[in-house]
Amino acid sequence: MFLLLPFDSLVVNLLGISITVLFTLLLVFIIVPAIFGVSFGIRKVYMKTLLKIFQWATLRIERGAKEKNHPLYKPYVNGIIAKEPMSLEEEIKEIRRSGSGKALDTPEFELSDIFYFCRKGIETIMDDEVTKRFSAEELESWNLLSRTNYNFQYISLRLTVLWGLGVLIRYCFLLPLRIALAFTGISLLVTGTTVVGYLPNGRCKDFLSKHVHLMCYRICVRALTAIITYHDRENRPRNGGICVANHTSPIDVIILASDGYYAMVGQIHGGLMGVIQRAMVKACPHVWFERSEVKDRHLVARRLTEHVQDKSKLPILIFPEGTCINNTSVMMFKKGSFEIGATVYPVAIKYDPQFGDAFWNSSKYGMVTYLLRMMTSWAIVCSVWYLPPMTRQPEEDAVQFANRVKSAIARQGGLVDLLWDGGLKREKVKDTFKEEQQKLYSKMIVGSHEDRSRS
Amino acid sequence: SLSREDFQRIPELAINPLGDRIINAFFPEGEDQVNFRGFMRTLAHFRPIEDNEKSKDQNGPEPLNSRSNKLHFAFRLYDLDKDDKISRDELLQVLRMMVGVNISDEQLGSIADRTIQEADQDGDSAISFAEFVKVLEKVDVEQKMSIRFLH
Repeated sequence: MFLLLPFDSLVVNLLGISITVLFTLLLVFIIVPAIFGVSFGIRKVYMKTLLKIFQWATLRIERGAKEKNHPLYKPYVNGIIAKEPMSLEEEIKEIRRSGSGKALDTPEFELSDIFYFCRKGIETIMDDEVTKRFSAEELESWNLLSRTNYNFQYISLRLTVLWGLGVLIRYCFLLPLRIALAFTGISLLVTGTTVVGYLPNGRCKDFLSKHVHLMCYRICVRALTAIITYHDRENRPRNGGICVANHTSPIDVIILASDGYYAMVGQIHGGLMGVIQRAMVKACPHVWFERSEVKDRHLVARRLTEHVQDKSKLPILIFPEGTCINNTSVMMFKKGSFEIGATVYPVAIKYDPQFGDAFWNSSKYGMVTYLLRMMTSWAIVCSVWYLPPMTRQPEEDAVQFANRVKSAIARQGGLVDLLWDGGLKREKVKDTFKEEQQKLYSKMIVGSHEDRSRS
Repeated sequence: SLSREDFQRIPELAINPLGDRIINAFFPEGEDQVNFRGFMRTLAHFRPIEDNEKSKDQNGPEPLNSRSNKLHFAFRLYDLDKDDKISRDELLQVLRMMVGVNISDEQLGSIADRTIQEADQDGDSAISFAEFVKVLEKVDVEQKMSIRFLH
């Protein structure tokens, strides 16, 4: 028993020293730069090292698979079947053309028309454009996280050791570090904004509020080890404007807000989120809605309009897709924010899925599980492009304007521009789309009104 | 195994006018679930026909993706009661699904009558499978009812 005592105190001492060292490192390398907005560049070096390791790992797996003659599962990003992008009319005409030598311009019905619908239907069962946007993107090379690899089988000792090392580093070193940072960031945000809230309104309050917000968001960015590259910063949103961006996860907010100063829009939640929201609004005006008010579109529009018309208030940050999409495409923008008539500043956010998939699959993971997954990935790497501001032209309506903004964002971010509604994640598609198809087909078999009156 | 609701969750299938009929083709008689084997059997109809297969197995059972079987798949979309004949009513039903509310009943009826008249050869006012095949004998079924996988 006497032998244990000095050993015990040694362990305690070691623990104490390591915790102190950890916190000093934390303070010096992470929090202080965050406060002043500078960076040591540690994260970039980290990212480069990881990339090299991933490339080696992928080559090793492919070599190993070839040696053992295992079929390698390679995900195809552009779809797995060959599709011809022809319209309904063109395709049906082609089918008829091959079938008979009859005059093709007369509208009539052929038994072979059914082939078009049949084949289209089966094609969508094999591979459709919409349902694959609601699950995480598949990677072509492995990033040493077992959650993303479908080839995960024993290939070589070195690879497994590397993976094990990766697990150790991520869970035992990075995770506690990140949780400590997140905790610091959030508590600083809440206390900071509450304290600033007690000051009288004026330039001093605005200045302090801006810096408290920025500082805390920067700490949160480091808590996720997010490596962000901002492009075209001269186009950053100004007061009285609306900033729209594509939505992949709740982290988008932190990424954008750590580089600019925005007013948030959203529904008031309970719990920790609610505490944060209520604290933030004390320091500067954000637009929070009660749950009951969210359904009332006119009320929402009115409050947003009031906000943008006040030039002293900050630009609003809105995600018009309404739900999280997996960052391979941009889905339909809801027209509400485009009806207000303010200048729109589009922003494109593209994540690099190699280091950690940021997509929040809300039907699969709750918020806490999601955050834990984020904090145990290697890093979140993304690029943010600030696009030049757009305003609604007189001959456009809100929907066309929304689509124009959406195309610009999709083009810049290298994403697929889809017309489908992100709400299809949970709801069924509206019948109007089916009716459109039916109308198109009817024209083919009876012609439009002009044709009929002529014959 | 899959149920009908799983298929209906695909938006592009839900807006296809014949979506429900196509979904039905996967499910065997009276059942509400299809397993992977059944799923693949139905999809196998759409495998492209390769040239070397045509001369291969003349004595064995006909492959699912033969021209005849592809035509049979389309025939079954029309023939709901599976009596091997497309009656006027069945044709009208499919036409109605494809055009929605855009064409009147009389017009649709005359289109159906004309189609049956052109195809019917044995005078029973219905289209049998043989008559169906005859009408479509020049159509490039191999290409139009095949889906190619990218490699």
